[in-house]
Amino acid sequence: MIPPTTSARSVRDDALHAALSDRVRPPRPSALSASLTLGWRALLKIKHVPEQLFDVTAFPIMFTLMFTYLFGGALAGSTGEYLQFLLPGILVQTVVFITIYTGFTLNGDISKGVFDRFRSLPIWRPAVLVGALLGDAARYTMASTMVIVLGLVLGFRPAGGVGGVLLSVALLLVFSFSLSWIWTALGLILRTPNSVMGVSMMVLFPLTFASNIFVDPETMPSWLEAIVGANPITHLVTALRGLMSGTVTPGQIGWVLLISGALIAVFAPLTMYLYRNKK
Amino acid sequence: MEGDGEMSAGRGLVEGAGELAIHAVGLVHRFGDNIAVDGVDLKVAPGEIYGLLGPNGAGKTTTIRMLATLLRPDSGTAQVFGHDVVREADAVRGRVSLTGQFASVDEDLTGLENLVLIARLLGHSRAQSKTRARELLDAFGLAEAAARQVKKYSGGMRRRLDIAASIVVTPDLIFLDEPTAGLDPRSRNQVWDIVRALSTDGTTVLLTTQYLDEADQLADRIAVIDRGKVIAEGTPGELKASVGSGALHVRLREPEDRPEAERVLSQTLGVPLILGSDPAALSARVSDPERVAHALAELSRTGVAIADFTLGQPSLDEVFLALTGHPAENDDATTTEGDAA
Repeated sequence: MIPPTTSARSVRDDALHAALSDRVRPPRPSALSASLTLGWRALLKIKHVPEQLFDVTAFPIMFTLMFTYLFGGALAGSTGEYLQFLLPGILVQTVVFITIYTGFTLNGDISKGVFDRFRSLPIWRPAVLVGALLGDAARYTMASTMVIVLGLVLGFRPAGGVGGVLLSVALLLVFSFSLSWIWTALGLILRTPNSVMGVSMMVLFPLTFASNIFVDPETMPSWLEAIVGANPITHLVTALRGLMSGTVTPGQIGWVLLISGALIAVFAPLTMYLYRNKK
Repeated sequence: MEGDGEMSAGRGLVEGAGELAIHAVGLVHRFGDNIAVDGVDLKVAPGEIYGLLGPNGAGKTTTIRMLATLLRPDSGTAQVFGHDVVREADAVRGRVSLTGQFASVDEDLTGLENLVLIARLLGHSRAQSKTRARELLDAFGLAEAAARQVKKYSGGMRRRLDIAASIVVTPDLIFLDEPTAGLDPRSRNQVWDIVRALSTDGTTVLLTTQYLDEADQLADRIAVIDRGKVIAEGTPGELKASVGSGALHVRLREPEDRPEAERVLSQTLGVPLILGSDPAALSARVSDPERVAHALAELSRTGVAIADFTLGQPSLDEVFLALTGHPAENDDATTTEGDAA
């Protein structure tokens, strides 16, 4: 019915009126469908701007190599032994750092105006945020794969087997999804993407270094050991080491799930409140 | 008189002739100490193109954002098709679309992906979404750019895509925040065509603009906003008439003739002359064309050479200056509305 356009330069009146005559409003999509659609958007952005995957590829490689070969011998006697200890930890550190991009991206989206459109649509309100987090889960998975494959190449041999490794990645995704709500809240409060990045780094550096990622806390002064023992990251790393070595206890996993639940319970409603009242 | 065609839409609504597209009473919004919107009342009839005209920072965008459910009013109420924008926000969102001041499309995605995304979010199936997106891209002259990332679009293309995204499901009311800001004249005309087509097909349009000719060209009714307040409201014709019926502009061939021309014209026209910054130009507010003809004849009889002259309704620029130039803005607003009605 519509002839092929020879020139795409101007507005076509007949086609315009035909397009406008369609006033049928389809049924409102479900919360899940809206979230998945917005997750699809996040994946499209990765497809179009593959440079943003730098952080999920280069950093994990850099960190793993650096810590294994620079410090491995000194910390654990041999690099091979240290890798067994380090890999679950470096996996956590890598993915936890990538969660920062959630807040960074959200903040950028808001300043560009595209969020105004989403917010003026009659969709389940958290879908915009949940969708973004679902898209991020894809990045976490990619980063995890990078780290684990590299570890295997370097000689990491998990006693927990394939099942243990997959479960540990799943647990890490649950934790990261929960942690991301802190950054979404920050992304809504702070003014620029860079300030979101700055504040997030300030939180994450002490959180990851004052943990059992790189060294066994038993060598630390007792006051620091207590702090490290209370650090959520420590609990997460302990659970992941357990899963990968096949020695995990239900308590270790329970801790991580409890912390994740608490993070969502506090920061998801806070984020939604900020989102609804965003100026 | 201008605006005749829309007179019935404009006048009939005031005394509750059916449901209004927008009915706002006493809207206020503050950002900290700054009162961005200070008691705005609006009545917009279904099918109208309604213009919010005002300079930067007048409160136009804030008003639109409140009506589009993006901001809560600090006080006052607003209904869109009878639904309260705070309590029934979802019902309002189901009837309206917003095209924000900054392109509210995703620059990283292609044009097609942007429209499919919106169509999916509105509940279309995957297949329907693609069909609808292609239909819109074609109608808006963007078919060839469908697979290109939006960041590579020109300003005009981006703006058209933005509007297309707003009518994936043709809304009953569309908010267009400065739809032609920064566009070249041809792109601007294309956007105007789209706005008129929307209105013809029954969509109510609320647009903001800083361009007086844009409001004059498009809007059935205009509210002039300054410092968060509506200072005048009416059809473009009414607004012009409220300032004065017409203006005579004369340009002389020799600037040194101006004192003589001023004497002759003020005598024959019976009104004071306004001397512009152009040393050869004079103008006057006039109401009677016959008198103007007489005055010009008198001028040439005294030997003053005229380079050119124009006689016409005051431009909206003059209206705007007349309305905002006075210190007593509140008084102006009431008398102007009284005169216009």
